[in-house]
Amino acid sequence: MSEQAIEFIQQLINGLSLGAIYALIALGYTMVFGVLRFINFAHGDVFMLGAFSGFYVGPRVLLFFGNKPGYGAAAVVLLVSMLICAVLGVIIEKLCYKPLRERPKITVLITAIGVSLFLESFGQYIFGANPQAFPTLIEDVAIDLPQSWGNFTALTVTTGQVIVLGTTLALMLILTVIVLKTKIGMAMRALAYNPTACALMGVNNNFVISFTFGLGSALAGAAGILTSIQQPSIDPLMGILPGLKAFVAAVLGGIGNLGGAVLGGIILGIVETLVVGYVSPTYRDAVAFAVLILILLLRPAGLLGKNVREKV
Amino acid sequence: MFERTKISLVISVILFAVASWALGHFHVPDSAGKMVTIIEAYAYYYDILIGIGIAIILASSLNLVNGHTGQFSLGHAGFMGLGAYFASMVTLGVQLPLVPYPVFAGAPVWLAALKGIGWALALAVNSLLSLLNTWVGAAHELPHPVQFVAALFVGGLAAALAGLLVGVPSLRLKGDYLAIVTLGFNEIIRVVIQNAEPLGAQRGLGGMPLATNVFWTFSTAALTIYVVWNLVNSTYGRGFVAVRDDEIAAEAMGINTTKYKVLAFATAAFFAGLAGGLYAHFKQFVTPDGFGFMKSVDIVVMVILGGMGSTVGVCVAAALLTILPEMLRLLPQWIEKGGTAALHHLGWLPGNFVVKLPPRIVDLLQNRMILYSLLLIALMLLRPQGLFVGWGRKVVRK
Amino acid sequence: MKPLLLLDNVTVQFGGLKAVSDVTFHLCERELFGLIGPNGAGKTTIFNAITGVYQPAEGRITFDGQSVTGRRPYAITARGIARTFQNIRLFGSMSVFDNVRCACNMHLSHGISHALWRGKGVVTEEREIEGQVMELLGIFGLAAERDWPCRNLPYGDQRRLEIVRALATRPKLLLLDEPAAGMNPTEKVELMKLIRFVQEKFGLAVLLVEHDMKVVMGICERIAVLDYGQKIGEGTPMEIQRNPKVIAAYLGQEAEHA
Repeated sequence: MSEQAIEFIQQLINGLSLGAIYALIALGYTMVFGVLRFINFAHGDVFMLGAFSGFYVGPRVLLFFGNKPGYGAAAVVLLVSMLICAVLGVIIEKLCYKPLRERPKITVLITAIGVSLFLESFGQYIFGANPQAFPTLIEDVAIDLPQSWGNFTALTVTTGQVIVLGTTLALMLILTVIVLKTKIGMAMRALAYNPTACALMGVNNNFVISFTFGLGSALAGAAGILTSIQQPSIDPLMGILPGLKAFVAAVLGGIGNLGGAVLGGIILGIVETLVVGYVSPTYRDAVAFAVLILILLLRPAGLLGKNVREKV
Repeated sequence: MFERTKISLVISVILFAVASWALGHFHVPDSAGKMVTIIEAYAYYYDILIGIGIAIILASSLNLVNGHTGQFSLGHAGFMGLGAYFASMVTLGVQLPLVPYPVFAGAPVWLAALKGIGWALALAVNSLLSLLNTWVGAAHELPHPVQFVAALFVGGLAAALAGLLVGVPSLRLKGDYLAIVTLGFNEIIRVVIQNAEPLGAQRGLGGMPLATNVFWTFSTAALTIYVVWNLVNSTYGRGFVAVRDDEIAAEAMGINTTKYKVLAFATAAFFAGLAGGLYAHFKQFVTPDGFGFMKSVDIVVMVILGGMGSTVGVCVAAALLTILPEMLRLLPQWIEKGGTAALHHLGWLPGNFVVKLPPRIVDLLQNRMILYSLLLIALMLLRPQGLFVGWGRKVVRK
Repeated sequence: MKPLLLLDNVTVQFGGLKAVSDVTFHLCERELFGLIGPNGAGKTTIFNAITGVYQPAEGRITFDGQSVTGRRPYAITARGIARTFQNIRLFGSMSVFDNVRCACNMHLSHGISHALWRGKGVVTEEREIEGQVMELLGIFGLAAERDWPCRNLPYGDQRRLEIVRALATRPKLLLLDEPAAGMNPTEKVELMKLIRFVQEKFGLAVLLVEHDMKVVMGICERIAVLDYGQKIGEGTPMEIQRNPKVIAAYLGQEAEHA
């Protein structure tokens, strides 16, 4: 295997790890769009809240685990943060979005922008604008690849990356089970298809919507924790860029389509890493915008999305 | 009816000219007793006044797109920024840097193909930039009083061009998507400026002459209002509103909706560019960060607060929201003074006690972003139609 | 007589579903043509294909000798086809007068700069347009309500306003999508008279989609019948009423209710 090929595979691995984060956040965007037909601008900030939940909860949990970083502590912090984010997501929905259900889309969009700005600025006020150090839950070190892999030992795979990929996979599996096999999952799918009929069939639409919000927020919170394991510097504005990129990922895959969110996230993560590696690091954030504009011009429904025609 | 608007425009421009001259000519004693011009004596209020004028231009022009044509643009500040920088380039004699062409050395084949596309793109962009540079260069050579007008005009034109480029592909999209794309373009404009060395990049561009005054600002504002109002109320301009009300029906009635949408976009961008030029020659210093997403949201909030499609409402909202940050700064003082007075009056507080807010709370109240975002949310929840629905939406006979 | 509108093997697809499949028919100048069929047969889809809202996957649509397949709706309207909608699509924020005035846009000779400066020519043109609009409103009895917000009109008047608006585009062919929907029998009789009047006064061809058989049989000169996207019959009202396929698909059920 040539050096160039090894290098390429390395980029793919890095991109996959990045893409997993985007996918987790994108899932939240797409689920909310599916049931409410609106883009929750504030979703990226839930990602930030997840990281900060971990920041506050982490030391206490570590204490309980004898101050030793490890998988047990990490798992507990992850679950607690996901729960906190889920609750926050539901509260935001009930307070700010539910009263605007019948209003034109612009109103809700502006409200979402307002919520996002509030979370960011209030976060800066409460947490302080300076970056904080996320507690070490798991040592993020490069794994020694077995010698039998030959040339592949040149690759750098860190424990952080493995955790991210593994956890993301596990969460997506759980999500798939929920969406496909449970009654609430069926209600979510039905609601995305036709809310009126759903209500007429005895589904408690409000509950399903809140549940969807909670689920999406939990995933964003998980993404926050996972990112912080690899990049321990957190600040209240850290959700802006990942939120935007995850949104692009959701649109890329076809907004409203869960598989699309995952696909979009992975593609975006890989493309971004490749551009940074092969073209120039300055264009890192521009990649998302370029992808967004391209996909909206060429195929607005997204890769896996369906074109919904207005009935004339 | 429209004869009246033409006359109003002419009269108001004359009034502004007189006012502008007066403010700069008459002398009053300042706090130290020295005789200074009114502008210098009341510099703080003059600042706000000009700010209001610029805000009116921005909000009224955006009203054409968001309010009358019903297209949700979230990138208006980008056009303002283009206007600011281009107008500055004219008065300062700066030329635009050309885009570097990609280097092909040592790249694998698949990357070379991509770089080929990049090369073609760079060529197209550089041709456009060279054209703009000729305009800027020509305008710079003009004699001074005309140069400023030309500078504003070049800024507006550059912004209008950008409006066309952004509008044509984007306007196939609806609602949320259009908002996101316009936001994306706004950020692209900001990032591009940020990376342009001759324009000062991240540090900003300064040294522009103080050419903006009450006359230029408010005459442009009056012109903006005149244009938007007359446009929308003519038979031709009813097309804009038709696009907002029902795009499919509008098309069926022979209205080229794309043309109207692009026209609204470009016209609004032009005036935003004018506003940017005025801003640059007032503050005499601009940075790319001032023309980003937040500024766009500022302008959108003015339009929504004023009531989308309401000419008067939008102007009032623009004025209010320009004054708001200043009032917020004074808020803790008002609470303390007012609270003290009230509590003394009620007799709950003995004579020599005063109400004092803890510093943390003062910080909170002066945190413009927190209050602003709460205002936004409250506005949307409580009165999303804005303060002035229906004003300016009167049916005009002729 | 040379056909004014010709649909030639038109197929309209949505994903895998063929809403309209291989439909051919034509109508001539000044003809009153009816398009009927059970719900979901594809009648409004045909309208939308003719007016450019949907692009046919196959087939051609020719109007006045020129192809209009796949053109933008406003361009098709400029050729001379106007329409009303199944669910009323008036311009909600505008007055009655303005709704009709919008439809005159395509005939304006002045553009944006003239709209701003308002020279002599523009003022004259605007006065002419006002005259034309008021004349139209007057014919249809809506002149007194010219400044009303269009949503304040009673339902039947809103439907008529939609027709007035379509007429303001000076069409050669008028497409009416279920104009009798929601009307009582008296109103329907009035409507039938109105359609015939419009056809004669303005010299139009009219293509009518309607569910009410009395209306269709009463005024249409020829009728085409659709079922599941395909044409199952065409002819005069008498012929259609006797066509066994039509009866089986559609009229058979109607006869029980008539």
